[in-house]
Amino acid sequence: MGIVSPGFQGRPRTQEPALPPGQYLTEDFPVLSAGPTPRVSLDTWEFVIAAENGSEYRWSWQELMALPQETPLVDIHCVTRWSKLGTTWQGVSLDTLLDGVDTGAHFALAHSYGGYTTNLPLDDLRGGRAWVVHTFDGAPLPAEHGGPARLLVPHLYFWKSAKWVRGIRLKTMDEPGFWETAGYHDYGDPWREQRYQGD
Amino acid sequence: MATSTPRTANRWQVGRLVERRVETPTAQTLVLEVPDWPGHLPGQHVDLRLTAPDGYQAARSYSVAGPVVDGPGGPRIEVTVQRVHDGEVSPYLIDVFGDGDPVEVRGPLGGWFIWRPEETAPVQLVAGGSGIVPLMAMIRARRATGSKAPFRLIYSVRTPRDVIYADELRRRIRDDFGLDIAYVYTREAPEGWRGEPHRIGLADVNTHGWPPDLQPLTYVCGPTGFVETVADLLVGLGHPSRRVKTERFGPTG
Ligand SMILES: Cc1cc2nc3c(=O)[nH]c(=O)nc-3n(C[C@H](O)[C@H](O)[C@H](O)COP(=O)(O)OP(=O)(O)OC[C@H]3O[C@@H](n4cnc5c(N)ncnc54)[C@H](O)[C@@H]3O)c2cc1C
Repeated sequence: MGIVSPGFQGRPRTQEPALPPGQYLTEDFPVLSAGPTPRVSLDTWEFVIAAENGSEYRWSWQELMALPQETPLVDIHCVTRWSKLGTTWQGVSLDTLLDGVDTGAHFALAHSYGGYTTNLPLDDLRGGRAWVVHTFDGAPLPAEHGGPARLLVPHLYFWKSAKWVRGIRLKTMDEPGFWETAGYHDYGDPWREQRYQGD
Repeated sequence: MATSTPRTANRWQVGRLVERRVETPTAQTLVLEVPDWPGHLPGQHVDLRLTAPDGYQAARSYSVAGPVVDGPGGPRIEVTVQRVHDGEVSPYLIDVFGDGDPVEVRGPLGGWFIWRPEETAPVQLVAGGSGIVPLMAMIRARRATGSKAPFRLIYSVRTPRDVIYADELRRRIRDDFGLDIAYVYTREAPEGWRGEPHRIGLADVNTHGWPPDLQPLTYVCGPTGFVETVADLLVGLGHPSRRVKTERFGPTG
């Protein structure tokens, strides 16, 4: 426990749901990104998985929509300390997309329209824990929240759920992404409060 | 590439309130003495953490408002806090947090929304409300380092009474060669002001910002809706996204 702040009580707390340490609940859907919101046309949109051996696997918008769709209901946790519970999405599991991709890589670098990148261990994109989503709360994902499609990896801090996702490069070596080179944690587990480098 | 983040950024240390300045009816500057402060770049922020007697903690981010100042007990940094109605932390910092009281501080944090004084490109700053704070840190650092980079600030406020750092900004337009400031009033303009109160729009950004062919560096900071609007306008005017850095202060517009 830290030093007590004289006179600080905090907000009245009654049966708060179990949140990761240091998080508070929000009903809003805040926006956090480093620059302007890219606008991506569905006609030219594509999602590309590039394996470490150079082979590429591509999906157009229509092809993505034709894949089996899932509707994850998940809690999300932003490193700026808000958490939002029970959010509903629709999209394609990374298991589906990675099925048939020939790789021995252990790391993935997600990259986005607009240039954003974020790194994750490849295992964290597998096992029903990650999706490319295009629908939030029953409606097309708005651009400011990463539409037309974003990554959804709810078990890590939300900056790992790259907005405007364009593809994933598979890597044998870990390569830090955008926020990770700007002082944020390499992995970002909210339950272990891995916010910044060194946590 | 990786900005060198000093190791002290990664741990909580105890700071103390040594001075408080009223900036507007709803914003105050808090001067904190932080003995092991490692230094920071303009645009970076700190996390402040409060602990209640039962162990409950709340932490929020606040931009550092200017360069480090030396004090008798060690380095001092300033933050400027705008009261958020029904907020948990900001009303405490403004109304309850007292002289000499401790607060946990972590920082400096954030390696992206920063301006380096050795940059020579023209800079455009666009602030909404308390979004002025990290931009003021850049204006103050420009002055402190003798930088000649031309700066333009567009500052959107509700009324003239809501201008944070009003006196200093008036002084700086007079004294800091190469700094221009334009105000946008959303609810009430001052006596004698030309034009009607309005939300920031294309004409404001076009008239008071730098044209894209000068390849300025742009920093936009404020509430989310404000930042979204301004960043879209800038991209529409032809500014490459990579040169438009944004910091969003709050969930509501
Ligand atoms: C990188 C960064 C730098 C920041 N720098 C500053 C700064 O220099 N000065 C400053 O005053 N604030 C700054 N903020 C915002 C600050 O961290 C807090 O969000 C703010 O003080 C509100 O906290 P609170 O506990 O009082 O309100 P909360 O208890 O968190 O929120 C109460 C209500 O207000 C809404 N709300 C929360 N934050 C805001 C906001 N900023 N504007 C409008 N509504 C809001 C919430 O949705 C909620 O409904 C910064 C935020 C970030 C992410």
